Amino acid sequence: MAQLPRLGLGGITRRFGATVANDGIDLAVMPGEIHALLGENGAGKSTLVKIIYGVVQPDAGEIRWEGAAVRIADPNAARALGIGMVFQHFSLFETLTVAENIALGLAASESIAALSRRIVATASRYGLAVDPDRHVHHLSVGERQRVEILRCLLQAPKLLIMDEPTSVLTPQEVEGLFAMLRRLAAEGCSVLYISHKLAEIQALCDRATVLRGGRVVGACDPRATSAAAMAEMMIGQALVRPVARARPAAGAVVLAVEGLDLPAEDPFGTTLRGVSFALRAGEILGIAGVAGNGQKELLAGLTGERLAGTAEAVVLAGVACGLLGAAARRRGGMAAVPEERLGRSAVAELSLTENALLTGTEVGFVARGFVRFAPLRRFARGVIEGFRVVAAGAEAPAGSLSGGNMQKFIIGREIGHAPKVLIAAHPTWGVDVGAAQAIHEALRDLAAGGVGVLIISEDLDEILALCDRVAVLHGGRLSVPEPVAAVTVDGIGLLMGGVADAA
Amino acid sequence: MRLERRAAASAAMAVLAPVIAVMLAGLGAAALFAALGRDPLACLYTLFIAPLADGNGWSELGLKATPLLLCAMGIAVGVRANVWNIGAEGQFTMGAIAGAAVALGLGDAGWFVLPLVLVAGVAGGAAWGGVAAWLRTRCNAHEILVTLMLSYVAIQILGWLVRGPMQDPEGFNFPQSPMFAASAMLAPLFEGGRVTGALVLALLTVPAGAVLLDRTVAGYRLRVVGLAPGAARYAGFSERRAVWFCLLLSGGLAGLAGVCEVAGPIGQLMPSISPGYGFAGIIVAFLGRLRPVGILFAAVLMALLYLGGESLQITQQLPLAATGVIQGMLLLFLLAADVFTLFRPRFSRSHGDG
Repeated sequence: MAQLPRLGLGGITRRFGATVANDGIDLAVMPGEIHALLGENGAGKSTLVKIIYGVVQPDAGEIRWEGAAVRIADPNAARALGIGMVFQHFSLFETLTVAENIALGLAASESIAALSRRIVATASRYGLAVDPDRHVHHLSVGERQRVEILRCLLQAPKLLIMDEPTSVLTPQEVEGLFAMLRRLAAEGCSVLYISHKLAEIQALCDRATVLRGGRVVGACDPRATSAAAMAEMMIGQALVRPVARARPAAGAVVLAVEGLDLPAEDPFGTTLRGVSFALRAGEILGIAGVAGNGQKELLAGLTGERLAGTAEAVVLAGVACGLLGAAARRRGGMAAVPEERLGRSAVAELSLTENALLTGTEVGFVARGFVRFAPLRRFARGVIEGFRVVAAGAEAPAGSLSGGNMQKFIIGREIGHAPKVLIAAHPTWGVDVGAAQAIHEALRDLAAGGVGVLIISEDLDEILALCDRVAVLHGGRLSVPEPVAAVTVDGIGLLMGGVADAA
Repeated sequence: MRLERRAAASAAMAVLAPVIAVMLAGLGAAALFAALGRDPLACLYTLFIAPLADGNGWSELGLKATPLLLCAMGIAVGVRANVWNIGAEGQFTMGAIAGAAVALGLGDAGWFVLPLVLVAGVAGGAAWGGVAAWLRTRCNAHEILVTLMLSYVAIQILGWLVRGPMQDPEGFNFPQSPMFAASAMLAPLFEGGRVTGALVLALLTVPAGAVLLDRTVAGYRLRVVGLAPGAARYAGFSERRAVWFCLLLSGGLAGLAGVCEVAGPIGQLMPSISPGYGFAGIIVAFLGRLRPVGILFAAVLMALLYLGGESLQITQQLPLAATGVIQGMLLLFLLAADVFTLFRPRFSRSHGDG
C-alpha cells in the first residue's frame, strides 16, 4: 500500500463575500516532503495555509491528517496535531529575550533555564545559531526568523509551513535556511513552502502545487520544470520577455547626497551615518540590503518626510533641499514610491481619482484652493489605461484594487508627474509576476527618458535585474556604488551581512 | 453568532444605521416611560409630535437646532481629520463670555456693536480651542482629554464671572450679568418667535462644510490626515496644521454658537447658558455621519429631543435626566448599529466543540 499523505486536503472551498478565495482545492503533502505552494498574489495561498493552520474555517471540503478526517478549529488545535507555521511577519516581543519569547508560545510551564537548554540543543542540531538570553531587539531579521522557526521546532512538528521566508534574508542566510529545511525533511517532517521565487523552489522543493484564481491549476516537479513554465502556470499566459533597450549615457547628477546623517526615530530604528552617493540622469541605482538596516530612514530622509541636518546633505537637481519638506522637494522634481501602498502611498478609502491628488497638489490640479476634478479624473483615467490597471474605474476606492494593480497605479501616478528623480522602495513587493514585469518595464523606460531612478530594495534579484549600479546599506552606512557588471552575488551578500564593514 | 469583517464598508448600513438607532432609541424611550409608570404612547407623542403642533414650536426647533448645528459641524470637520474636539461645550462658553464682555463694554454705542460681539464670540471659542491645539502640537497632550477638561475650566470661569466682575449690580445678587443693549442683540427673524439670524449663519455652514470637505484641497488634506497619517506624511501634508485648523475652526463655530445664545434668546450672561449643546453636538456629528447634510438632519432631530424633553417635564412630570438618557441611548444604539457597517454577523450551527 502506498504511504498515507501526512496532510490531505479534499475540495477545500472558502468564500469571502462574493469572492471565492479557495475553490475545491485538493492537495496532498507526503511525510518528509518539501512541497511548494506557488501562485500569484490573490491566488488563494494565504487563505489555504490559514485554513490548514486553523485561523480560517473552510466553507466546504475535508482535511485529513495522516489519513484521519480532522477539524482544525484554531491554531492551538493545529499545533496539537503537529503543525507549525512561520509567518511572514514575526510576532516577537522586542523587549523580551529569545527564551522568554519562545516560552510565551509554549503552553507547558517550564523554567526559562530548562527551556534555554532545550533551545540550545535544538538550535545546534539544526545549525541555527541563536543565543537564548539575548533580547530580540538586538537581533537581525534573519536571527528573528530563526527564533520563530525554533519556536516551531521545539514542538516537534510533523508539518512546518513557511510563508515567503527568504524575502528578509541575505543570500548566505537563505543557504543556511535551506540546509536546515532539508535536514528537517530528511528526519521525516513535511514542509509546505510558500513562495513566488521560482529559483528557490527549484533549488529546494520536491513537488510544487500551483494555484491560480483560487483553484489548483497544476502540479509539477520543480527540479524538472523550467522557471518560465512554472511562471506561465502561475499567471495563465506566456510571459513577455523584456526587450533590452539602449540607454543613453548617464547624464548630469540629478540627486547628490553627501554625508547624510539621520538619527533613528525609535529605539529599534537604524541611524543613518554619512550616507553619500550621486544619482545621474538616465541611470538606475540600486540600494540593496537586508530589511531594517536603514531603508525606511533613507527613504524618509531623501523624500523630505524627515529633514536632514543641513541643506547641502541632499541636493536635488542643483538645489540644496536638505531642509525642505516633502511637498517642496516634490515641486523640485522628486517622486517617491514607498514600499507600503495602502496607508502610505495611497489611501484605501479614497477613490483612485482622489488618490491621484495625493502627490498632485503641487502640479496644476488645484486652482485657488479648489480641486480641479475634471483634469484630475482625466489624469487618473490616463494612468489606469497607460499602465493597464485593473480597476472598476477612476472612482473605485484604492482599497478595492489588488496589490499589483494598486502599485501600477501609484508608479503610473508618480511617473505622470514628470519627475527628475524617482525613488522606489521595493517596488514589486507583494506584486504578482505580470505586474512586476510591467513595473520594471516602466522604470526602465523612465530611466531611458533621462530620469534618475533610485531603487531601494531587499530583493537582490530585483536590483541585479534592474540596476546599472548597486550599493549596499548595512547598519545605516552605505557602501560605495559599483557597476552591477562588476559585482558578484556573494560579494553583495557579504556586504549585506556587514562582513566588509570590519575591513 | 460571530462577527466577520466585511471586504468593504457597507454603504447601505452607513445610511441605515442612524435610522435604526433612532427607532431603537424610540423603543428604548418607550420602555423607559413604561418603567416610570407613564403611558408610553402619550409620552412618545409629547416627545416627538406635540412640540411641532404650532408655529412657535417650529421657531423653537430652529432656535435649538442652531447651536447644535454649529457645534456639530466643527466637531465633524475635526473628526474627519482625526482631531477629536470633545470640548465644544467649553468653547461655546468662552465664546459667550468674550461676546458678553464686548457687548457689556460697548453698551449701546451703535450698529457696529453686534458684528463686534459676534467676532469676539468666534475669537473666544477659537482661542479656547487653540489652547488645546497648542498643548497637542507642543506637548503632545491629546486633545480628547484637554478639550474635555478645558470645558469644565470654562464653566467655572463663567460661574465666577457672573458672581463677580460681570455680575449685574442691580440684579438683586442673582448670578447674572446685566441685560445686553439692543444694538448688541440678534433680532428675532419674525414677530413672536425667538429664533434669530443665527439660524441663517448655522444653515450656511452646511454648504460651506460640504464645499470645504469635498471640493477644496484644504479639506482633502484634512481627510488624508484623518484617514491615513502615513500617507499624509508621504504627501507632505502637515498634521500640526490640521490640528490647529480643526481646533480653531471647531472652537470658533462653538464660540459663535455660544455668543448667538447670549446675544439672542438669553440676552445676558448667566451660569446656565447651555443645556449641553456642546456635548450633544458630538452625538449630532456622529448621527449625521460626519457629513454636513446628515448633520443638518441630526441637529433637527436632536433639537426636537430637547423640545420634547421640556414638554415631558411639564406635561408628564418627568425629570430632565430622561432627555439625557434618551440622548445617551441614541448614541449607544448608533455605535452598536455602526458595528454592522464594517462587520457582518455570521451564524454558525456548532461552536466550540473541537
